[in-house]
Amino acid sequence: MSLRNVVTVLGGFPALAGVDLDICQGGVALLRGPNGAGKSTVLRLCAGLVALESGSASVLGLDLATQVTAIRRRVGLLGHQSGLYDDLTVADNLVFWSRAARAPKIDLGQIMDRVGLVPRLRDVRVGSLSAGQRRRTAMAVLVARRPQLWLLDEPHAGLDAAGRDLLDDLVAEAVGVGVTVLMASHDHDRALAIATQVVDLAGGINRAQLTETGGPSLLSPDPSGADAEATPATHPATATEPAATAPTPVGDH
Amino acid sequence: MLTDARLVAGKDLRLEYRSRVTLTQVLPFVVAIVLLFGFAFEPDADLLIDVTPGLFWMTVLFTAMLSVQRSFGVESSDGVADGLRLSGMHPAGIYLGKAAAVFLQLLALEVVLGLAVSLLYGTPIRGLGVLIVTALLATAALAGAGTMFGVLAAGLQGRETLLPLLFLPAVAPVLIAASQSFELALAGDSASGLRWSALLALFATVYVSFGALAFGPLLEES
Amino acid sequence: MTAPTAASPGAPAHTGSNATRYLGLVVAGGMALLVALALVISPSSVEQGDAVRIMYVHVPSATTMYYGFGLCGFASAMYLWKRTEFWDLLAGAAAEVGLVFCGLALATGAIWGRPTWGSYWQWDARLTSTLLLFVLFTGYLAVRALQMDTAVRAKRAAYVALFAMIDLPIVHYSVDWWRSLHQEPTLARADPTIDGMLLFTLMTGMVVFTLLFVWLVMHRFRVEFLARRHETQGLAQAIEARRAEGAEPRARSLDLIAAEASTAGSSTEGLEATT
Repeated sequence: MSLRNVVTVLGGFPALAGVDLDICQGGVALLRGPNGAGKSTVLRLCAGLVALESGSASVLGLDLATQVTAIRRRVGLLGHQSGLYDDLTVADNLVFWSRAARAPKIDLGQIMDRVGLVPRLRDVRVGSLSAGQRRRTAMAVLVARRPQLWLLDEPHAGLDAAGRDLLDDLVAEAVGVGVTVLMASHDHDRALAIATQVVDLAGGINRAQLTETGGPSLLSPDPSGADAEATPATHPATATEPAATAPTPVGDH
Repeated sequence: MLTDARLVAGKDLRLEYRSRVTLTQVLPFVVAIVLLFGFAFEPDADLLIDVTPGLFWMTVLFTAMLSVQRSFGVESSDGVADGLRLSGMHPAGIYLGKAAAVFLQLLALEVVLGLAVSLLYGTPIRGLGVLIVTALLATAALAGAGTMFGVLAAGLQGRETLLPLLFLPAVAPVLIAASQSFELALAGDSASGLRWSALLALFATVYVSFGALAFGPLLEES
Repeated sequence: MTAPTAASPGAPAHTGSNATRYLGLVVAGGMALLVALALVISPSSVEQGDAVRIMYVHVPSATTMYYGFGLCGFASAMYLWKRTEFWDLLAGAAAEVGLVFCGLALATGAIWGRPTWGSYWQWDARLTSTLLLFVLFTGYLAVRALQMDTAVRAKRAAYVALFAMIDLPIVHYSVDWWRSLHQEPTLARADPTIDGMLLFTLMTGMVVFTLLFVWLVMHRFRVEFLARRHETQGLAQAIEARRAEGAEPRARSLDLIAAEASTAGSSTEGLEATT
């Protein structure tokens, strides 16, 4: 995935004012930056949901300007919003979204168990779930759709400790089968622990060029995705980052 | 495309089955309108019988607006619209699915409305075949145009007021043709009624084709 | 209304140009001629008396209305194809001018109807479908009036205009058929045999109104265009400001500083408003 001098304008506001970045295939890339830096916009751009004002971008080797539909079929977006129908049950939502994506038939029990939803919740309206259960259902939809690129916007927000562990597990599992993950997160400690690549954004441009965090060469694509385990726990960024500078997880929503 | 349409229509109908908004809110609204028309005019005179076709289709028009609003209300919640865009489903399929769900719900409401009208206004039912054909075609035209305007107004400020402004004048021809067809059929002139039905078939085709083409671009960036 | 706009001294940009100024003068002269022809020189009609004189405004207004809506439909289709600002602005300008003439046609029609039919309004097929057209394009302009991303708005407005275009024959046909079942076919509007002078006056009205239409659309287009330029300038500055925001040297080795967080707070609003 590569973005070249990308500018996007949303409602007259230049959300991205010239972003260049390369993310290699396989592995986990972390987008960092203050509120309003344009992290969410980069994720939505990669999903083909935001139009390019200028510049060029390719995602999964497909051109964002011309092959949007093909890109959309291959990406999964887990944002602040769950993307679930409140008036449908958990099972209804899972079946609808996975069938809409033409994903292989899912085993409801198994997938709900995987994201820690008890079977009792199967026929419960999503609207009456707790916030944490909603997010888990949204994760289940993401897994069921089987995208090749996961775009996660503050995935750790609003989850309990078990939920965050679960998310990290799911990400590791996905990377293990060749999925690329692009994640915007404020939970730096946790996110850095699984990231193979870090990009700093600020004010709609990437301020720091790619920050090497110990993974294989960032500019050479590594389709094997095997570098997930290669993430060192003691790379310089984590070591020097004082907890005090980490933002509160309130986030930009 | 048709697979997607079936999936989306099934989803919308299941959503209705779970939430029962049409049953518990739109249906009582229809009955209330029938009653209110009775209050507004002289219920004992034959006037109500004479204007039954017009009242029937005016009620259907308002009901169609509510159905369309509901249909896109559910798509506006919590990032669902992004989900639809990302799903990779054919936009025309989504359109046909949503229009089909609106169509079926409206038909069900029209049956109740028809019964209420004939019961409360004492309108004798004649030419039932023409009435059914007219209802099917006119409802298809309304669902087709309504679903197009529904996605067009989705996410806009003041969509609750914008939708009626765009939708109601645009489907005035459907109101004319359907009312005329009903009037002629009830008067026993089925052949003339069928001529209006033919016109309705043309409207439905035009509206649905336009909607299927326009839906994809309109679904973007709402 | 027909005088050319005088550029205010020292103004860097205005909506007039030499071409439109000459056109404006021609329209103004033509209007004077039309008034003289319509009110003084042409004779009153044998059947309609002096009421026929309003026809010299009514018929050109109705024709100009169709230019406006037709141009709006064409420009909307072109916009959806080319996606350039030009077609969007043209569609908007044409629709606005078209709506004004639609209102004028309806008003003059009603004034003519009072002495001729005995009432201001008749459920005449042409009158009815014109009124419906008026409402349809009011809806179109309502969409254009929304405060939102111009590209998104342009696209939605274009589809409203296209739908109205497609609906136009449907409306016309159904209203026509509807009325013809209940009464005489469309009431005769003009005398079947038109006197030479009457015809000449009518033709003058057509030409003058057509030129007036062109003149109005050009000005309306330029006003809109300048308004957009104004916005775009703001955007270029906003992009610069945003880059500067990102290029600030880091106060600390890590990416969050308090000052930035506060500026970012305001920019988040813009971002969130569109997501």
